[in-house]
Amino acid sequence: MYKIVNKRSLIPGQTSMLVIEAPQVALKAEPGNFVMLRVHEQGERIPLTIADADPEAGTITLVFLVVGKTTAHLDSLEEGDSLQDVCGPLGRPTEIESRGTVVCVGGGTGVAAMHHIAKGHARAGNRVIAIVGARSESLLLFCDELAGFCPEVRIATDDGSRGHKGFVTQVLQRLIDEGEEIAEVVAVGPVPMMRAVAELTRPYGIKTTVSLNSIMVDGIGMCGACRCSVGGETRFACVDGPEFDGHEVDFDELWRRLGQFREQEAVSREHFHQCRCGESK
Amino acid sequence: MTQEQSAKKGRKIQPRVAMPEQPARERSGNFDEVALGYRREDALAETARCIQCKNPKCRKGCPVEIDIKGFIGRLQQDDLSGAHEIIRQYNSLPAVCGRVCPQESQCEGACVLAAKGEPVAIGRLERYVADTFAASGACEQLTGTRECTLDRPLRVACVGGGPAGLSCAGHLAALGVKVTVFEALHEVGGVLVYGIPRFRLPKAVVRREVEAMRALGVEFVTNWVAGRTFQLRELMEQGFDAVFIGVGAGLPRFLNVPGENLLGVYSANEYLTRVNLGRAFSFPDHDTPPPHTGRVVVVGGGNVAMDAARTALRLGADEVTILYRRTEAEMPARAEETHHALEEGVKLRCLCSPIAFNGDADMKLTSVTAQLMELGAPDESGRCRPVCVEGASEEIPADTAVIAVGTRPNPILLEATPELELNKWGYIQADPETGETSMPNVFAGGDIVTGAATVISAMGAGRRAAKTIAERFLG
Repeated sequence: MYKIVNKRSLIPGQTSMLVIEAPQVALKAEPGNFVMLRVHEQGERIPLTIADADPEAGTITLVFLVVGKTTAHLDSLEEGDSLQDVCGPLGRPTEIESRGTVVCVGGGTGVAAMHHIAKGHARAGNRVIAIVGARSESLLLFCDELAGFCPEVRIATDDGSRGHKGFVTQVLQRLIDEGEEIAEVVAVGPVPMMRAVAELTRPYGIKTTVSLNSIMVDGIGMCGACRCSVGGETRFACVDGPEFDGHEVDFDELWRRLGQFREQEAVSREHFHQCRCGESK
Repeated sequence: MTQEQSAKKGRKIQPRVAMPEQPARERSGNFDEVALGYRREDALAETARCIQCKNPKCRKGCPVEIDIKGFIGRLQQDDLSGAHEIIRQYNSLPAVCGRVCPQESQCEGACVLAAKGEPVAIGRLERYVADTFAASGACEQLTGTRECTLDRPLRVACVGGGPAGLSCAGHLAALGVKVTVFEALHEVGGVLVYGIPRFRLPKAVVRREVEAMRALGVEFVTNWVAGRTFQLRELMEQGFDAVFIGVGAGLPRFLNVPGENLLGVYSANEYLTRVNLGRAFSFPDHDTPPPHTGRVVVVGGGNVAMDAARTALRLGADEVTILYRRTEAEMPARAEETHHALEEGVKLRCLCSPIAFNGDADMKLTSVTAQLMELGAPDESGRCRPVCVEGASEEIPADTAVIAVGTRPNPILLEATPELELNKWGYIQADPETGETSMPNVFAGGDIVTGAATVISAMGAGRRAAKTIAERFLG
């Protein structure tokens, strides 16, 4: 069992952060890695990106958006509760080398994963510029943490409540227009955002890395559920990725495949809420 | 004249005793075990058919070389525990093997009676003995004796908790060796729990055998992925004297035809893992979503294809059709599995092979375009090569397709361990006699060495490695 040592609600009812005791995973975790977890005996195995790891404390940090039953259940847990299974670290670590300025773009819960990657780039001596996006100020994540090691943290909100009013791509465009020498752009977030970033950088030929959040069953290369088309070839996000060249990814296919269990997910969520109501009576 | 001679000379051989099973109509609607197993009277009657050959061939047909004549001989004397003791000396998972081994091409295929009639039902007898002894003590189950102690100065790590690793662990533990099994998934058993459906191998049977090993002192560590959570060289640094790698086959193969990533197209591994390991058959009480049903097409002709097709029926598919590019005669599936599948209502379309998956505007599968084939000259495998009938194709409506055409090596451990030499197919190079790899005291066996094969051949490899390890370290 894997104990929750700290829980923080980042955006109430929507996004939470868990610090989990998993010493061996913490020891091996590198930026870009993910874990497969099961909340309980009847639970589904789901992948979550490792947002941070503390090998000395033996803990890993996970940040998740409440979307389906498993994440809703996860959000109902408290400090001291335990998860049934945490398996990892999985996936190829981010390829990090000293290359100059790296722009890390994060949207929604993807900022958590982006934060770990940005930290890795900063440790390798790169100058990391972070661009963080959200619908409004209250939904921004990890800005302070990023400011700890990024010389610049630029912010975009849809409603203009903080930073630039508009999209992260507009902020990135301005950076490019300002003549910033960009060695690499890393984008982690919703599929439409990653696609927009990749389309923006394509004409400039800027290396662009995206992290794919495909559906997975085992996460160790066995099931092929996470397959995606990259450069016209089928690749498995769990063992070949999860990071790929954003200019090569078929985002339309990724988006459709992510939605393939939507009906069952609705049934599962409904079932969960009914059970919960039953318990409280 | 001995009995053996008379059998050869053609004295009438009694037909083998049938195994009671759930009626096809009933079972295709549930996940309960199909074959119900011999009762005592069945087993005794079947046992009497064995003529106790002077030079038994059956044993040579068994990858773990069970003394088959010996155990059936004991059964003939009504000595059930004696029979059990003999089986246990060779096989740590008899209840599993009695159910899933391809006996017809192994022990039973070599049985002297097979030439003149039906061979002795060795697999069914093995299952009978193992099931009858299920309730006995762990130590007795594993070793056939009542006293087991883990006192040998040897520590062994088995990487992978499937048939190969469990077999290796079981044999070493029976010798008093301290074994730790590292399993990547959350449940021990490998293909026995994620792949083979419970109507063929109930999970309680697997759990029972695993619990027996646990009670004997074998340690199981789940959620540990070799190559990611730990490295092989770290095991040696931590004091393990030897390592056995039995991590299975790996990545599913696809057909590389257009439309294969459409919604509704699954690998057999995903299909079966959702249902078996994730227990999606009891969704939403279990959280893993089941695959979609409707009209299901399964591509392939092996046991995995049969398992997927029969699972689809039980999930409520409207119709299930297996597409196979050769004919039924060449199908690699066990005859019994094909027979069971057809009985349950699975349709078989031979001599056709998908060349495209077609979908609608939402990227959902709607049909499969199949190229019609005919049999040509035999290829290296000795089977007739399927050849395209030029210009002949057919569109088969389908909501779901399951690809069951094999696997290729999983890269995780292999890439993380460059010291391991691979063969030309990308699997681990291991000595066929001992199982030793290019890393000293690191052994390997099962699908990661041979490519996808059977449970029992993986167990044979585990046992051979265990023997070598024991000889090398314990003398």
